Amino acid sequence: MSDREALAALIDGLDARMSHGLKGHDIMRDELTVHVAREHIVPVVRFLRDASGFSFETLVDICGVDYPERPERFEVVYHFLSMQLNQRIRLKTMTDEQTPIPSIVSLHPSANWYEREAFDMYGIQFSGHPDLRRLLTDYGFEGYPLRKDFPLTGYVEVRYDDLEKRVVQEPVQLTQEYRNFDFLSPWEGMTNVIPGDEKAETENG
Amino acid sequence: MADDLTVGAHEHEDRKFTLNFGPQHPAAHGVLRMILDLDGEVVERVDSHVGLLHRGTEKLLEYKTYLQGLPYFDRLDYCAPMNQEHAWCLAIERLLGVDVPRRASFIRVLYSEIGRLMSHILNITTQAMDVGALTPITWGFEEREKLCVFYERACGSRMHSAYFRPGGVHQDLPQDLIDDIWRFTETFPAVLDDIEGLLTENRIFKQRNVDIGVVDRETIMAYGFSGVMVRGSGFAWDLRRAQPYEVYSELDFKIPVGKNGDNYDRYVCRMDEMRESVSLIRQCIEKMPAGDVLLAGSKVSPPRRGEMKTSMEALIHHFKLYTEGFHVPEGEIYAAVEAPKGEFGVYLVSDGTNRPYRAKLRAPGFPHLAAMDHLCKGHMLADVSAILGSLDIVFGEIDR
Repeated sequence: MSDREALAALIDGLDARMSHGLKGHDIMRDELTVHVAREHIVPVVRFLRDASGFSFETLVDICGVDYPERPERFEVVYHFLSMQLNQRIRLKTMTDEQTPIPSIVSLHPSANWYEREAFDMYGIQFSGHPDLRRLLTDYGFEGYPLRKDFPLTGYVEVRYDDLEKRVVQEPVQLTQEYRNFDFLSPWEGMTNVIPGDEKAETENG
Repeated sequence: MADDLTVGAHEHEDRKFTLNFGPQHPAAHGVLRMILDLDGEVVERVDSHVGLLHRGTEKLLEYKTYLQGLPYFDRLDYCAPMNQEHAWCLAIERLLGVDVPRRASFIRVLYSEIGRLMSHILNITTQAMDVGALTPITWGFEEREKLCVFYERACGSRMHSAYFRPGGVHQDLPQDLIDDIWRFTETFPAVLDDIEGLLTENRIFKQRNVDIGVVDRETIMAYGFSGVMVRGSGFAWDLRRAQPYEVYSELDFKIPVGKNGDNYDRYVCRMDEMRESVSLIRQCIEKMPAGDVLLAGSKVSPPRRGEMKTSMEALIHHFKLYTEGFHVPEGEIYAAVEAPKGEFGVYLVSDGTNRPYRAKLRAPGFPHLAAMDHLCKGHMLADVSAILGSLDIVFGEIDR
């Protein structure tokens, strides 16, 4: 499979012939990741597809990752496959809620749905996309469900209203709060103060 | 006379209309809504509306431990549940840097190939039904039922198996189950012959499938196809061979390829792949060594029940594993398997905790369905369902 030398050769070739726009790379667990400036994504993708010795012709996937604490919160991750070289490459670029990323639909028609999905799930904008509609969520859905600040339970629930003879949307009502245990430190993180103790102390004092 | 002229002019206008296909339609293979722009009977544009089965699997995975997330993978491509689990386990194992025991590897391959049989039987026979053949589905499902029973005997469930675990498989296979799988491989090729006898040279089946939905090299690359959609067009691309995982590199199998890339060639490919799967199953049974099926003495696998009865450490470990779960080192990984429908991949981002930071599931059917507009353009309305059947679409994995 993709051994280190082949990947190193790949990145050397990329650096030599397509240096502008690349913001660095790393090889982790035999996988090559290249960080690309947002505005250079189209030329880099075109180069990877057309240049001799690369031929990353198959777009495997585009997805967003949300890091709310960063100034540019969204990472957009592109996976490409070269059947000819039997290699994979991962491109990464960053954006925020407003700044659009140039769409690569003109180079890879398969990007159409992937970009629509990223838009649907994260609200990432793609400039030059022919038809940037929601893809997976319901007609009339509001919000971006895969953002970290979107609650797992969502905001609305739907049911069929027999009086109105149609499906109605209502604010979600849970009989029990979604339980989110702190599994990270059930043992090590045990503090002396058990939640609720402070009330007892103030009553006594 | 003048009236006749106006009628003629209108007739041309009237030929164009829009048809709503689905979301509840037997040929939609699930819940697909397509808006078809037609010129008479010729399809001009297909606008697929998906997401009717969207359950937010990727969101749910972010709120579950790695082990709790596993059963969601059975619910993606529910025709071949274990193949999906496989990608998830591989991703976790690669991040953890652990290897599975050899016997577990063979069991995984064995059950992946059973999954491939289940998926292909379902696809071929339902696609045949879409074009009018009613008998194959009854013959095929009789065999598929036996495979479901093999699933059940291994893990207790016919569909939602949760059998593959990070570090191996959940339980060892009893010997009589292995014997029964072997006996199945002896009888199954005869059923394949019967189904082929019904379809391969069938005049109607060929008229509906030959030269329909032709996929050429440009389409494959531009639309990101994988699996049979690539092999049907004559390219021997198979992740089991190109980027081998588990013990596929030790097994002997051929990659059936088509020639014309049409529906019919894909049918033939799937048929031949099933015969290869049968051979792979037999090789797995022959070569399967004895030994552990789950990584012994590691943090990712629970202690055996007998051990828990006597060892306090084992009991604590068991409790911690099923409440807190194991932690996966920080990093990211893309792990792909050759699922029956194509490349199923998991892009996993870990932040070092017991829950995934982000898990993106790359379903093979997703790019295939996205190409429906391209594939159906210029075809007749009746071909839409034939092409859709041939793409091997399952909405569990597309909508996620």
